[in-house]
Amino acid sequence: MTSSPPGVPRETTEASTETSPRRRSSLQGNSRRGDSIFRGASAGSGILLLVIMAAIAGFLIYRSSIAINKDTTSFLTTFEWDPDNIQKPSFGIAVLVFGTLVSAAIAMVIAVPVAIGIALFISHYAPRRIAQPFAYLVDLLAAVPSIIYGLWGALFLVPHLGGLNSWLDHYLGWTYIFKLSHPGAPARSLFTVGILLAIMVLPIITAVSREVFRQVPRMHEEAALALGATRWEMIRTAVLPFGRPGIISASMLGLGRALGETIAVATVLSASNVLSLHLLDAGGGTFAQNIALKFGEAGSVGKDALMASGLVLFVITLLVNGAARMIVARRKEYSGANS
Amino acid sequence: MKLQRNGRSKALAIGAVALVSSLSLAACGSDNNNSSAGSTGGTGGSSTSAAAIKCADKQAPMLAAGSTAQGTAIDVWKAAFGAACPSSTLNYSGGGSGAGVQQFNQGKVTFAGSDAALKATEVEASKAVCTGGGQGIDLPMVGGLVSIIFNVQGVDHLVLDAPTLAKIFDSQITKWNAPEIAALNPGVTLPAADIQAFHRSDDSGTTQNLTAYLAKASNGAWAYPAAKTWAGKGGQSAAQSAGVSAQVKSVPNSIGYAELSYAQQNNLKSASIATGASKPVDATAVNAATTIATAKSAGASNPNDLALSLDYATKAEGAYPIVLVTYEIVCDKGNKPETLDTLKAFLNYTISDAGQHAIGDKGYVPLPKEVSDKVKTVIGTLS
Repeated sequence: MTSSPPGVPRETTEASTETSPRRRSSLQGNSRRGDSIFRGASAGSGILLLVIMAAIAGFLIYRSSIAINKDTTSFLTTFEWDPDNIQKPSFGIAVLVFGTLVSAAIAMVIAVPVAIGIALFISHYAPRRIAQPFAYLVDLLAAVPSIIYGLWGALFLVPHLGGLNSWLDHYLGWTYIFKLSHPGAPARSLFTVGILLAIMVLPIITAVSREVFRQVPRMHEEAALALGATRWEMIRTAVLPFGRPGIISASMLGLGRALGETIAVATVLSASNVLSLHLLDAGGGTFAQNIALKFGEAGSVGKDALMASGLVLFVITLLVNGAARMIVARRKEYSGANS
Repeated sequence: MKLQRNGRSKALAIGAVALVSSLSLAACGSDNNNSSAGSTGGTGGSSTSAAAIKCADKQAPMLAAGSTAQGTAIDVWKAAFGAACPSSTLNYSGGGSGAGVQQFNQGKVTFAGSDAALKATEVEASKAVCTGGGQGIDLPMVGGLVSIIFNVQGVDHLVLDAPTLAKIFDSQITKWNAPEIAALNPGVTLPAADIQAFHRSDDSGTTQNLTAYLAKASNGAWAYPAAKTWAGKGGQSAAQSAGVSAQVKSVPNSIGYAELSYAQQNNLKSASIATGASKPVDATAVNAATTIATAKSAGASNPNDLALSLDYATKAEGAYPIVLVTYEIVCDKGNKPETLDTLKAFLNYTISDAGQHAIGDKGYVPLPKEVSDKVKTVIGTLS
């Protein structure tokens, strides 16, 4: 989750890729001691990051291989998590992959449109006197510790979602996804976790998108308005195309948090090793939540098994980030307001 | 420019939130301390315990690790012992029984706290640490009970037995007015509502004890072996005893299990257990002590190993069956010489009446004399 936002600080990344080769060649003649120290320090920082990443990956792979060799069932398709059973250790990540991806997907579906709306309101609609404090408020939300979200979710959100759940069950129950198997049971489900995660990632996506929207060249906006566009048309033709890579990378940052959220999920979700498409039913699990709950009493195989699940989360996060980078790179010429 | 300004304001915001949350947390913390200090002061436990502590001749700081189930008990003892003998500090890191035993067998800690007695392989491994022909032994130290907590409107007193309990937790009985429950509770109006059963989502010694009881006493209704990981079907799960008791408290028509202290703190009602005795047994410390007193030796080859085999199927009058005993693990011979005196002084205090009563206020079960006398004898022989 520590990976840098792909392409978020647009100005800096682009400036460096464009100008650095030129600048370096012009400076080659008169290098001073300060230059070489600085170059060594920055190159060292870069190498250090690579070494740390490699060390994490190597450690996870080593410990995982120990556990997976001991697993008597398929690591990818098993539902249960019982690694410390001496006779027959069996554990698998099927439930965890499903729960992690589904809860994060629900969070993104809810959070991204709302976040874009808030960001546009702050950058283009609200009067400056309101926009400033409102922006601070959103930033403040990002700083609330996740245990607070977890407690709020468990003590407030879950008891108050019963009505929404039975409404969804009544009108959308035919979709299978929104069918309630145990009406009246507390709503400690993947759906609730998705809603909670949406609230948690909202400030991140909002804050980054807002900054991107603010950097839309004034000329583009004024050109659109001069051509007779309304404000909404101006946003659609000038702001959103320019901001699209930024929105994508903001969403990926948020998705990273949603995938890796630990304690809030552990507080709210009723964990079980049941894989069910009934999203409103209590049960399921996520990688981070499973690690948090099982680590305390895990034996040696159990700890390694949790490392193996951590490795899978690591890989999923890398894939997600890679995908985001590819999307941003492909969109570059299109957004291309580089004037 | 804009980015920079925002960065600073964000840092400020983070600081403000951190401050606010730490302030409010501090307020919660001091609240708790006050109330607990009040309760111990009320029974006069703290003043008598200070007098009962005999410091070691050669005081030394100790390290220990293990079971989180006895963490609160160790905290109480550590405070009293540290106050009486300032040079004998104890640093107990929880982290689970398994981790505690592992660290003990690596020679990193003076003693380990464990929910389960040492296994044969662990005893073998301990011989490398306990020099001079010694080995790791189990000393029963902290007793407890698992109470069946419930929250059913209009029901103040609920009686259950092991087969019924097993079926409730395995989703074979799903309504409160099921005939099995009604038969045990004549004259009680049970609602026709669904049972919301809660179990632990994390692995836990509490689950192990409950399932050991169900496996032993339910005549096959509980089809799973005793395990730290919950195996029953259906129901919902919550993290830690605190999570389970919070759920039972807030969800109507619910049932769950937790240590006695959580039932007391949350004002939750505990079910009485029909064991086959003349009347159902309430979940109280006294009734739990009755069961622990009848526990037999687990039959370790070393006579100094006092591991107990609890009689979950007990039918004795006033004996609450779902009990647990956790152990301190030390070397019988070959403890580290620099901490041996302090270790003996500490254990002598914890097994004393004063020590056991001090944790009785915290929802633990003071060990009965039958057990504590044996432990005292063994502590005297440690070397």
